Amino acid sequence: MIQNLFDGILVGSILSLGAIGLTMVMHMLRFANFSHAELLSVGAYVTFVFDKLLESMVPAFSQAFGGLSLTFSLIFAIILSMGVTGVSAIIIDWLVFRRIRDSAGPLSMVFASFGVALIVRNLISLIFGLKPKLYSEEITFAVRVSLDPLILIKLDQVFVLCMALVIMLIFHFVLSRTTFGYALKAVSENPTLSQINGVHLALMIRLIWLIGGGLAAVAGVFYGLNNQVSFLMGNNLVLSLFAAVIVGGIGSIYGAVVGGFLVGLASNMALLILPSGYKPAVPFLIILFILSIRPTGLFGEKK
Amino acid sequence: MIGIVSYLVFFLTMGFVMSIAVLGLNLQWGYTGLFNGGVAAFFGAGAYGLILLGGSNKAGQMIGFGLPYPFAVAGAVLLAGLLAWIVGLITTHLRHDYLAIATFGVAIALENFARNAEPITGGAKGLRGFERPLENVINDPFWFNLAYLIFVIVVLIIVYNILENIGQSPFGRLLRAIREDEVAAQSLGKSPARIRLQAFIFGSMIMGLSGALYATFYAFISPQDILPILTFQIWSMLIVGGSGNNKGAVFGTLVVWAGWVGSGWVLTQFAPVEMQLYIGTIQFIMIGLIIVLTLLIRPKGLLPEKLILSRSVARLKPE
Repeated sequence: MIQNLFDGILVGSILSLGAIGLTMVMHMLRFANFSHAELLSVGAYVTFVFDKLLESMVPAFSQAFGGLSLTFSLIFAIILSMGVTGVSAIIIDWLVFRRIRDSAGPLSMVFASFGVALIVRNLISLIFGLKPKLYSEEITFAVRVSLDPLILIKLDQVFVLCMALVIMLIFHFVLSRTTFGYALKAVSENPTLSQINGVHLALMIRLIWLIGGGLAAVAGVFYGLNNQVSFLMGNNLVLSLFAAVIVGGIGSIYGAVVGGFLVGLASNMALLILPSGYKPAVPFLIILFILSIRPTGLFGEKK
Repeated sequence: MIGIVSYLVFFLTMGFVMSIAVLGLNLQWGYTGLFNGGVAAFFGAGAYGLILLGGSNKAGQMIGFGLPYPFAVAGAVLLAGLLAWIVGLITTHLRHDYLAIATFGVAIALENFARNAEPITGGAKGLRGFERPLENVINDPFWFNLAYLIFVIVVLIIVYNILENIGQSPFGRLLRAIREDEVAAQSLGKSPARIRLQAFIFGSMIMGLSGALYATFYAFISPQDILPILTFQIWSMLIVGGSGNNKGAVFGTLVVWAGWVGSGWVLTQFAPVEMQLYIGTIQFIMIGLIIVLTLLIRPKGLLPEKLILSRSVARLKPE
């Protein structure tokens, strides 16, 4: 019970990070981006590559902090990967989505995003192989918080949860205190009017991809730390991310954060009554439930 | 020689079975502009439905109601329609991409259910024990498969004609009107949400029919047959052929199916040993590229949609 609660919060924090970018794109570009979850895989694998590179260049960086599988090289790798993943999101937009946006309806973009997801996912498996990877080969032991009920928590998990919260807090300050935050709000409320006030729309779209991709990269690494780095990561998470966005209400960034935690919790709590094999179907049930009682989600605005 | 002919029979049977699903998708996407991201679910509902309803009830195995074949097919189609009704009722009146997400989800949920609900679906092992109709009469597998191909072609022709008639009927024009401008259609007193739901259910039932024919051919169904890649294959077939055009849908199916089978053959023959594991991966990338490139380069497909005028208007128009 409490173990499920903790696991749910942990997975929820990862989903929240991933859902922030998805909700921004779904709101601004008005299409359900089925390839967003692949950015998590891209981020996780790019981090993996940088991590190994840095370790071999600066051996001192490979020293793990006590109890964590975290190393200096991993931290730098994550930061580099955020940039690379954000830029690859911009490149994908520039190669595919921008062109379709100009010529066809939003549903064609949904369609294209399926294609992009398929290409990215399988290119990753072609490059890195079908076998999952681990950031650290060393076994990290779980700390037994209590014996009855049995609660096991890894230090890595505590770290992931704290970092996710810190990143979301930073993003909150960016949104509520900076010109960029105001511009983002203006664009999401009325793109045309915001342009009159000097907001550069094309630049804003690029920034959204950059931020969405960067946060997705962190989410991917955290998911990888918690489980393993696999090319199926996006495939496994895509429905949960959509569930988080829909629960929170499309376009609401805070909604996506809350939605992520709720979906994470619900998915893990559902395991108390459902056999674990049914876990992949839970996000779908959440989506159906929300759409039938409150299609705008918790914080979504009525259209 | 007989090997090549029997392979050709197999190739065409599967191609035509899938083209029925593509026609169903064309009704949804091509005519009405509905995004169905879970073709595999409705195909799977038909396939599992057929084997569950038509399979014999063997001792110790609770599968199959042993219904006569036509009833089993009808039941399978209705099952797919029922699934579509549930998903459609909740989503067809909402923002358009909700349908895409919900249908994508239902495909994952159904595959998940098929994998886990072992007493009903046989779990990962799938369902065996279906006796194909007339298999006792036509003993030779070659002639049986040929007869089955002819049966599939007949079904395809019927479905094709029904859809062509819908396309030219006032209802078909209404579907396109909703696709092009929902508000305008609404202002003419039509109810887009209801019409969309009808088109969605009917299209999904056609996919269910396709699934039923698929399951009949193999006399076996497992979760491996209803993976998400099936949805993407069906999609790529429609978009390559030309959405909105039924001829294009059938043509596109054969083109992509030939590409899929052909690439599989070439890769198993010529790819180095260490690449053999990745043949599926390469084919998936191919399907993804087909979807993206067609959207970018030739969004209307090989055979673009033709302007269909009302018969009365067409008569007035000078040739």
